[in-house]
Amino acid sequence: MRIFVCIKQVPDTETKIKLMPDGSGIDEGGVKWIMNPYDEFAVEEALKLKQTAGDATVTVISVGPKKRVADALRTAMAMGADDGIVIDCENSLDSFTTAKALAAAIKKEPACDFVFSGKLAIDDNAGSVSQYLAEFLEIPHVTVVSGFEASSGKYVVTREVEGGTKEIFELTGPAVVAANKGLNTPRYASLPGIMKAKKKPLSELNLSDLGLSSSDAKVSFTNFELPPEKPPVKFIDGDPAAQAKELVRLLKDEAKVL
Amino acid sequence: MSQVFVFCEFSNGKLKKGSTELLSAAKTAGKKITALVIGPGAKDIASQTGEYGASTCFVCDDEKLKSYHPLAFAQIASQTIKDSGCNIFLATASMMAKDLFPRVAAQLETGIASDCTDLSFSGDDLIIKKPLYAGKCKAQVQFNNSPVKMVLMRPNQLPVNTPVAGASVEMKILSTPDFDSRMTVKEVSVGNSDKVDLTEANIIVSGGRGMKEAQNFDLLNQLADTLGATVGASRAVADAGWVPHSMQVGQTGKTVAPSLYIACGISGAIQHLAGMSGSKVIVAINTDKDAPIFSKATYGVVGDLFDVVPKLTEEFKAALN
Ligand SMILES: Cc1cc2nc3c(=O)[nH]c(=O)nc-3n(C[C@H](O)[C@H](O)[C@H](O)COP(=O)(O)OP(=O)(O)OC[C@H]3O[C@@H](n4cnc5c(N)ncnc54)[C@H](O)[C@@H]3O)c2cc1C
Repeated sequence: MRIFVCIKQVPDTETKIKLMPDGSGIDEGGVKWIMNPYDEFAVEEALKLKQTAGDATVTVISVGPKKRVADALRTAMAMGADDGIVIDCENSLDSFTTAKALAAAIKKEPACDFVFSGKLAIDDNAGSVSQYLAEFLEIPHVTVVSGFEASSGKYVVTREVEGGTKEIFELTGPAVVAANKGLNTPRYASLPGIMKAKKKPLSELNLSDLGLSSSDAKVSFTNFELPPEKPPVKFIDGDPAAQAKELVRLLKDEAKVL
Repeated sequence: MSQVFVFCEFSNGKLKKGSTELLSAAKTAGKKITALVIGPGAKDIASQTGEYGASTCFVCDDEKLKSYHPLAFAQIASQTIKDSGCNIFLATASMMAKDLFPRVAAQLETGIASDCTDLSFSGDDLIIKKPLYAGKCKAQVQFNNSPVKMVLMRPNQLPVNTPVAGASVEMKILSTPDFDSRMTVKEVSVGNSDKVDLTEANIIVSGGRGMKEAQNFDLLNQLADTLGATVGASRAVADAGWVPHSMQVGQTGKTVAPSLYIACGISGAIQHLAGMSGSKVIVAINTDKDAPIFSKATYGVVGDLFDVVPKLTEEFKAALN
């Protein structure tokens, strides 16, 4: 069985975002890069599926500048993935082109029996690569997945929507499943795992190998802006009863949100 | 002239507010509007889309479409959008739309922008902004090589027009496609919460580690019931198992933008702030006057939440009666 996991590298959640002076994007200098948190759940679920499937290979794949993205792939391999593919390009691409690249790279491989991804990347917050990819691979998708069970080639997948409602799907074959928090608890990379990961195969492709170019992008971002400065907090004094009374008055008469 | 296509959602026989916002925006800009409604009861919704400005409404009204099936819904939507000849597509960024329309965008070989917060029309074009890096900044979305500009808007961002009673709309009936058998809906277990979802809530009361233990969330539930609010939580609390993960607000939880967010016993870690700093008014209740949450708060109460929250519930009860 051949399992793919699509991962993205994103700025660490602690990162304070600074903008380029001309508003053309964020200043990437000094940014610490991590594996997108949702992708950790995807890697973990792939490793669990490998355990139940027995004879399986987990391949992690990422699109982005090789010199940094390779770290995220090595992290996934340290968790237990068998090998990696990096699709090298200068900058992050939009969802459409990313999915085209992933689909083309996966189609080059002899088999694809399942694909995991994260429900969204916390940088562009698009949440669309998984669905684009599924369409380009001509297989179903399920996103925001918090439950996954595999048995003899069938998969029962739970997705959580508004109000705690759960939609449970049964899949009879390959699909793209996009993981949400709560699906599992990702394992940590062990020290021996990290050592082993250094020797695992990492193959490299670029966009032109796949017949693509970054100018294929359908969506781009301009005019970046930081949120407006908030006026300083208004502290409310007094004992709890007085504080509660004053707060309700302010919410009603000043902020007018009641 | 640009023609706008609006995917409309409904519940209990009424158009959802998000859909009325989008119809209103397109109507106010003088656009020709085509609507699409899918699901049992869709036919009864068509006239409502007309009242908000749609001139044509496609309906696919079938008991078989009671539950969301991504492939069947995508097939209906792609074909209808294509046939309509529209070049702008709008839908609310609901859980269904966020799952469905990127697939439709793939079928139409076009671009999509999800979770947008600003939308305005400028002649034939469209100006849209969306938060990036979990709300740490915003940017304008540009579409290139996109036959249809697809936009998923967060609800509660745009004004709603007064519906025009009896406005005429041409209803076009669609037939249900065959379902792709590689994927079947096994079950839909309806959540026990009759509350508005965090992402749509107008008021949120949120608890953190300062709540001390799971059962103390009863205090927040009482406050929330008084306000008609939805209860949220920090990650510390979700990870501790005091509340389900679906209640987590933040960079790896839900991004929320209510009118009022009341944070109780939450320190205000950057990952938490990322998910809620778009709230209009923020109240923080915390024993530590230096807690980072106060840097984003509109009103701050330095105090013990176990004293303040019950008093607050009383005051709200008195004020709202
Ligand atoms: C990759 C990553 C992603 C993350 N994503 C998220 C996310 O999406 N959402 C999120 O929330 N966190 C997230 N976190 C975790 C975040 O960093 C914080 O650890 C977490 O938000 C802290 O939760 P808290 O404020 O409830 O707890 P604490 O930081 O422990 O704060 C508790 C607060 O309660 C106050 N307090 C205690 N007792 C009382 C009392 N009786 N009355 C009033 N106040 C009291 C204390 O003064 C303190 O300020 C993430 C972290 C990482 C590394």
